[in-house]
Amino acid sequence: MDLWTIIIISIIKILFVVTITLLTVSYLVYFERKISAWVQDRIGPNRVGWYGLLQPFADVFKLFLKEDIVPDASIKSIHTLAPIITLFVAFSTYAVLPWGPPVNIFGYEIPLVLADVNSGILIVLALTSLGVYGITFSGWASGSKYSLLGGVRSSAQMISYEISMGFSVAGVLLISESLRPAAIIESQSGWMWNAFIQPIGFITFLVSAFAETNRLPFDLPEAEPELVGGYHTEYSSMKFAAFFLAEYANMIISSGLIVTLYLGGWQVPYIETFGLSSGWVTMMQIGAFFFKVGAVLFFFIWVRWSIPRFKYNQLMNLGWKVMFPLALVNLVWVAILVMLLN
Amino acid sequence: MIEQYIPLFLVLATAVLIAVGIVASSTLIGPQRPNDEKKSTYESGVKPFGSAKERISIKYYVVAMLFIIFDLEVIFVYPWAVQFKSLYSVFGIPVFTTMLVFLVIFEIGYLYAYKKGGFNWE
Amino acid sequence: MTLEIILFILFALIGAASGVLMITRKNPVMSALFLILNFAALAGVYLLLNAQFIAVVQIIVYAGAIMVLFLFVIMLLRPDAEISILRTNPLLKYVAIGVGVLVFAQLIYLIFFFKPLNITPSDVAERIQIGTVENIGTEIYTKYIIPVQVAGFLLLSATIGALVLAKKKFE
Repeated sequence: MDLWTIIIISIIKILFVVTITLLTVSYLVYFERKISAWVQDRIGPNRVGWYGLLQPFADVFKLFLKEDIVPDASIKSIHTLAPIITLFVAFSTYAVLPWGPPVNIFGYEIPLVLADVNSGILIVLALTSLGVYGITFSGWASGSKYSLLGGVRSSAQMISYEISMGFSVAGVLLISESLRPAAIIESQSGWMWNAFIQPIGFITFLVSAFAETNRLPFDLPEAEPELVGGYHTEYSSMKFAAFFLAEYANMIISSGLIVTLYLGGWQVPYIETFGLSSGWVTMMQIGAFFFKVGAVLFFFIWVRWSIPRFKYNQLMNLGWKVMFPLALVNLVWVAILVMLLN
Repeated sequence: MIEQYIPLFLVLATAVLIAVGIVASSTLIGPQRPNDEKKSTYESGVKPFGSAKERISIKYYVVAMLFIIFDLEVIFVYPWAVQFKSLYSVFGIPVFTTMLVFLVIFEIGYLYAYKKGGFNWE
Repeated sequence: MTLEIILFILFALIGAASGVLMITRKNPVMSALFLILNFAALAGVYLLLNAQFIAVVQIIVYAGAIMVLFLFVIMLLRPDAEISILRTNPLLKYVAIGVGVLVFAQLIYLIFFFKPLNITPSDVAERIQIGTVENIGTEIYTKYIIPVQVAGFLLLSATIGALVLAKKKFE
């Protein structure tokens, strides 16, 4: 393929993925509200549109029409830049996640992933490690005590859990022998999902993903009772919405990552024995990916409405004294497993 | 080689565009009627006191330092993890013990920090 | 112009511009921000040199970890609330200018009077593959095991050093 073909194909794929992400993010907010209502025996949004289905659009339009207030005490340029960094990270990490097997269109073999690069999974980790800055900068630049405390707490939390996340990923790499997400998925054929082979690593990664996305029970940075809104106290209008959007986009990406690393990605176990035509198989595999991501997203929301918030010292203890040793144990366990099987 | 990274650069460029677009829209579309009350720092309804120029606890420095060190440890583990199967089939057990020794060296530091209270938060 | 050259010029310009902006900012957080941008541009240059793993590590370690420490230290020390060290000791400025000129002269010497290493084409073909994580893994865990363990001890001393420096606060 020449350069221009690559560029055109990737632009088409990017437009497709961006549309899907923006739509899912808005409806994820809707589902979060509906599920929370269902958990707490309420009705939830039901006024705008049929069963409240147009509620996300109403919310976004409202936020668009709100005044953007920048406090006098803030450092204006960094205050504006912080939500841009947060959104940038949220909308670039999906680049290397494959959502289906390679397909043949007009004689081109097109992988269903935006960028099939050699260092794939590390690029996700590199981009998420930049996510700390959106929070640190917003906390620093707002000129508010709540923001500063929320921002610093949150960045310390994120960096602490990044370590156990990194070690959990290393356990997956022992099995897959490659950093490419496509190869990681292929190494989990049948029921050889990493979630079953290395359950400890699965749990440490899952917990770290909750901490990295700042979701309850780890949403200390925005702990409303003591910190008002944490690092985004001094934000309004679409700048506030940017943090909100990014949180949900990060949730989708974490779910995609969990599915890719531990739940077999787009694979359906033993689908080749069903005797379906190749077109159907591809469709089912793409469907399986979105189904798995949806299930993990439901788990995210379910946990949020079931478990109370941790205290900050409990959170840091869990990260450094429990999750980090567990991730190490998992690494050694997988290495021994690989040695026994070879 | 660089061709496989072109889509990645395009994704990064799109992400910048989306991010700047969303944040810029807030100043372009919304009304602009600032006043002193609105632009003062939020303090739960009372008059703001003190400033946000306070120094943070040294604990955060320790956490960031430990984070760098263990992040580097993970970076050393990745190439080993990727090549473990193929190296093991050639060299056998030493490939495993090498990493075990490396990890133990780091865990001495970890245990020291544990004993010292580097992970204790009030 | 090939794609590589266009991208190199792009990354080099971003790197140089962010470097200059970094040292001219008054606000230390702004400087930190441009330093992050500078590291990102460097990662791009590494990528053009086929060092894929190093490029990602550059982002993870420098832009993602070391700069977090810098920011925490800035917040810890609050240099914007202190009197500038240059105001209390104006002589320091001239020392800094002197060191700057020295480093610049060194660079000029390297660029104009130094021949690049004698790399034959066969070497180049070999080196193209070297930057992947697989090759790095094979190299460092067969030929360079001792240096890796020494690096481990170095980082152990860093752990202990950091804790000893911050010790008083815990007691």
